[in-house]
Amino acid sequence: MCGIAGLIYRDGARNIGGEMTAMLQALKHRGPDSTGFAVYGEPGPSEYILRFKVAEQEDLGRGTRVRRAIAERRTAVDGLLKELGVVVLGADEPTEYATRYRISYDGDMKDLADQMEEIEGTEILSIGSALELVKDLGDAADVSGAYGLGRFRGTHGIGHTRMATESDVDIRSAHPYWAYPYNDIAVVHNGQITNYWLMRRQLERSGQRFVSNCDSELLAVYTAVNLEKGMTLEDSLRKSIHEIDGVFTYLITTRNELGMAKDTMAAKPMVLYEADDMVALASEEVAIRAIIPHEIDTTDPYDEEIRVWQA
Amino acid sequence: MAGVSDSASTLMGMHTEPLTGRDIKTKFTLRNEGGFAYHFARDVDFNRRAEIDCADLEPSEINRKIRDLMDSGHGSIVLRNPGAKHSLIVGILNRMNFIVDGSLGYFGCGLLDGPSVRIAGRVGWSFGENMMAGVCVIEKNAGSTFGAALRGGDLVCKGSVGSRTGIDQKGGTIIVGGDTGAFSGFMMQRGRIVVCGNAGKNLGDSMYDGTIYIGGEIQDLGVDAVPAELTDLDRAWLTRKLTMYELLPGKGVDHFTKIVAGKQLWSYDNLEPTEKKLVL
Repeated sequence: MCGIAGLIYRDGARNIGGEMTAMLQALKHRGPDSTGFAVYGEPGPSEYILRFKVAEQEDLGRGTRVRRAIAERRTAVDGLLKELGVVVLGADEPTEYATRYRISYDGDMKDLADQMEEIEGTEILSIGSALELVKDLGDAADVSGAYGLGRFRGTHGIGHTRMATESDVDIRSAHPYWAYPYNDIAVVHNGQITNYWLMRRQLERSGQRFVSNCDSELLAVYTAVNLEKGMTLEDSLRKSIHEIDGVFTYLITTRNELGMAKDTMAAKPMVLYEADDMVALASEEVAIRAIIPHEIDTTDPYDEEIRVWQA
Repeated sequence: MAGVSDSASTLMGMHTEPLTGRDIKTKFTLRNEGGFAYHFARDVDFNRRAEIDCADLEPSEINRKIRDLMDSGHGSIVLRNPGAKHSLIVGILNRMNFIVDGSLGYFGCGLLDGPSVRIAGRVGWSFGENMMAGVCVIEKNAGSTFGAALRGGDLVCKGSVGSRTGIDQKGGTIIVGGDTGAFSGFMMQRGRIVVCGNAGKNLGDSMYDGTIYIGGEIQDLGVDAVPAELTDLDRAWLTRKLTMYELLPGKGVDHFTKIVAGKQLWSYDNLEPTEKKLVL
């Protein structure tokens, strides 16, 4: 089933972390397996936020050998970053296996990502100047608490509560997906993509990498390729409705935009609230009510509807 | 109760035979006045009114409170702060008045038989699913699958509704003041859908029977859905129904397009009377 939610403010930063946490917690019943956030803060000058993990949560149950491996992988990552000339300006380790680095780097970001992921067990969750992508097993309150998102200030964000159907219950298969290797692009999706393998093979043949077997990752890679070709987010969303088969509603964010697309059957729900200063949308209105308790006018987007809002 | 054989609805083809039969608990006929009340229905007083503040209650607690109030004879119940919660006011098989001072979430007012519900806000997906009798009036918008498998009663949304409105509808009337999305009336078998605004693609796709009236533009018709002539009886019925819910357009109802089943895929008229009882 899965639940997705998005929020964008048009007049400056707010407590996006706290509000996304409340929205996703209200959607917990749609997917209790994992929760993920992609929230956008105010970008620092020539700085990037690098989030990566060096193990899965379930690995920790395998004893001290895993902890030794985690330490070795962290050391390997630090060595690589130093070798590539990456300056780590700040570091945070919210969990034993996840790391957040604030970095300064002038080189090729794809080269950095490729080399990091060659280190065993290492997966980059996101790189961006504004994007902070956090995902882990558990509900929204658990994940937000562990990663300190409760007071995160930003302009927009998307989130996902996952009911695992077609792939594993692990962080690798959790949403949002970062559009590797492009900065600041993330996707959450509710639905099933039926031509996933066909399109994945096409994208892999053109050199794109996939880290999971989750069909939603396709949307991130597909959008990144379209944007790389110079397409606008709106054009990419419109194209996806006709090229991607299945039932889906998905949300996508860039550094200053939030987009939504709904498939030709309108089979997956979405409730939309638009005000002068903000837009909130979610699989169920109850999520929007978690941050706006008073009566509001909401609508359901129709089939093949796409929308893009600017921060 | 008046006989049905000479009623306007019979002349319009809504009833082709007396509706008699048996539900799980009760034998009933149209002329048996007592047959329309369940033997377990509560004897409520419509002048006894109570309020439930839903703010800190789970949906199951709210529904339990509703039943407790009905048991104690309350015939009018107001829900305050419903907060778009799911599955409220479901399975009410009683004459009752409900007022919802806000919005409901998914699966609101499902499996109703008898109550009158007025909702000040909007409702989510699958509102009024399988309703057998009663009236629900929603002041704002509604989600998809509005009135799915509706069997009787009036389901009225004064705003716009999502997709697949009246999917698998088996009777009753759905009225929409605004627009409706794709696949409205999909596989409908009986009953009527009235949309004052526009309709999305594949309207009436694979409909077996029933009638759809659209006041605005139709994106396209589904398989076996065909336009039909708007008769004087249609106009009279539309005027009466839309007036009743304060939705009658200023220019009247002459501009409505009537859509019926082409009956190329399936026709009830080819069935033997005994077979009709099985499928309808």
